[in-house]
Amino acid sequence: MMKHLFATTVAAGLVVGLLRAQQPPPPAPTQPPPQQPTEIVTTISGEGGSAPRLVVLDFIPLSSDAETVAVARTIGQVLWDDLNYEREFSFIPRDVYSTVPRATSLETIPFDRWRELNADGLIIGTVQKGSDGLKAQLRLYNVRTRQIAYNREYTSSNARLIAHTASDELHESQRALKGVARTKITFDSDRAGERMGGTVENRGVKDIFVTDYDGENSRQITANKTLNIAPRWSPDGRSIAYTSYRRGGANIFISNIFQGTLVEVTEGNKVGENWLPAWAPDGSRVAFTSTRDGNPEVYIANRDGSGLRRLTNHPGIDISPTWSPSGTQVAFTSDRSGSPQIYIVGVDGLNLQRKTSESYCDKPTWSAPPYNEIAYASRTGPGFDVKVLDLATGQTRQLTFGEGSNESPAFAPNGRHLVFTSTRSGKTHVFTIARDGRDVRQLTKTGNNEKPDWSK
Amino acid sequence: MRRMAVGMFALAVMTSAACHKNKAPVARPATPASMPSSTAPAPPSPPSPVPAPTMVPPEPVREDAIASASLDNLNKNAPLKPVFFEYDSDELSSEAQQVLNENAGVMKKYATWAVTIEGHCDERGTAEYNLALGERRAVNTRAYLMSLGIGADRMRTVSYGKEFPFDSSHSESAFEKNRRAHFVITAK
Repeated sequence: MMKHLFATTVAAGLVVGLLRAQQPPPPAPTQPPPQQPTEIVTTISGEGGSAPRLVVLDFIPLSSDAETVAVARTIGQVLWDDLNYEREFSFIPRDVYSTVPRATSLETIPFDRWRELNADGLIIGTVQKGSDGLKAQLRLYNVRTRQIAYNREYTSSNARLIAHTASDELHESQRALKGVARTKITFDSDRAGERMGGTVENRGVKDIFVTDYDGENSRQITANKTLNIAPRWSPDGRSIAYTSYRRGGANIFISNIFQGTLVEVTEGNKVGENWLPAWAPDGSRVAFTSTRDGNPEVYIANRDGSGLRRLTNHPGIDISPTWSPSGTQVAFTSDRSGSPQIYIVGVDGLNLQRKTSESYCDKPTWSAPPYNEIAYASRTGPGFDVKVLDLATGQTRQLTFGEGSNESPAFAPNGRHLVFTSTRSGKTHVFTIARDGRDVRQLTKTGNNEKPDWSK
Repeated sequence: MRRMAVGMFALAVMTSAACHKNKAPVARPATPASMPSSTAPAPPSPPSPVPAPTMVPPEPVREDAIASASLDNLNKNAPLKPVFFEYDSDELSSEAQQVLNENAGVMKKYATWAVTIEGHCDERGTAEYNLALGERRAVNTRAYLMSLGIGADRMRTVSYGKEFPFDSSHSESAFEKNRRAHFVITAK
């Protein structure tokens, strides 16, 4: 039995205004679902040490209007997907649910039938429309004891957010796991289909987009008719750093997406080209590559551009920096050996270590504890595949196997998943994959979508 | 213990509304097949007010047309030819140097021109590393022209990595066209 004491702040839906005049105004910010003081929480275990086997039912609509009925179904199904994503539970397949009498209230759950189907836990809830949005009540029952193991109320205008929040809380309370259901993905895309102005060649612009971790709720962040690429979430999820050509050359910008302010970290064309910012874990600094001294080197600056210092010093190309979770080291790509390979260096510029000796490696991404891994794109044939290097053992494992070209990996904040791009379905799309190579999911469907990053 | 999730949001957004837009027009490069030993730019059609062509010797017309053309039209005719690179290479081949020799001649003739040299890559490298590779191509191109006496302040470089393929198909011939340094005249 474990006490669940802390009050949590719940993410409201990410609301990113659109800048484009022809777009409808963005929706008002959603209210975070207030939390009820939590009662005792019990954890449910599976039999014989196996993963707990769950039933996640559609919620019960407390009114019969179509909207509430639809919302009730959405919450149950999104919650099922969210919980399934971490593979901490096993599930009684949804197509079996219709063989069990439907619960019409929280008091009429046919526990005997679910126990016959070998369920350990059952999640069900109710939802109703209130003056301030949706009000949902969620319960996790222990099917054997028929007791409530977890009980919460959520208020929000966003049904998916209710499910995502519930999933993260259930993972934390039941499995002591930091889930990713409320995290976001950002990437660049040409999906808006706009062309760059003032050019003779037909050139498509690229803009920064964000979506929920499951690819839903896509929002456009930039719209300036030029190239905006390689976005990176700040650790607090409130800013995105990226590379933009809006001043002609390539420069680093930070968009504070909830304040509507923009910071130019590197100024204009006076200082060479500047690419691929990466946030320090505490959000105070960014590492990026600049040619200001005549050659692509990795630099570190404060997030306002001050305090610039050079980290690498080699006539080869040094690019694609990423920080270690501790903030004491930076991994990057260098072709100083003759081909692009992954290196690690201390933030003091000392203790350089080469980490790969393959054909061509780029875009390192460093996982959070308890894992200590660097994933990267490795040339394996005509294209690239995603590989993962375990820093403790030095062992490398491959996650993708030549289905299209697979590039630009970035770890999920819990280190259990990666986001990457693949050309396996034609155009370049954003996919997620579990750290063992299973469970590949395509997040984007239109345009070319590249260089993704996962929020913390 | 638990992250403070992405809190409440005033929506907002950086509307970095169209800043000083890069007005640089971009010329369409000639196809590689025809480009290596190209000589003078194709003669643009004479401006309509110009009297009968026979009245004017061909050569001066071309000169005048180039001198008087808008930047857009100038770039459409690509008087400065692109140079092409081998896979994953930033070295200027002898063929590329020959093209640059000719480009240097044009830039000496039109001594007021300023150009942007764009470095481009094919899709076979990673998006990230290609940014630096494209920069190398542009910088090497610029350095070669400087060695021929073209002033450094007349030439800026920018790398687009593999973001702007000239030919977006996935064939070897497309890759060849996309590994290039491309000239855009930005002032005259």
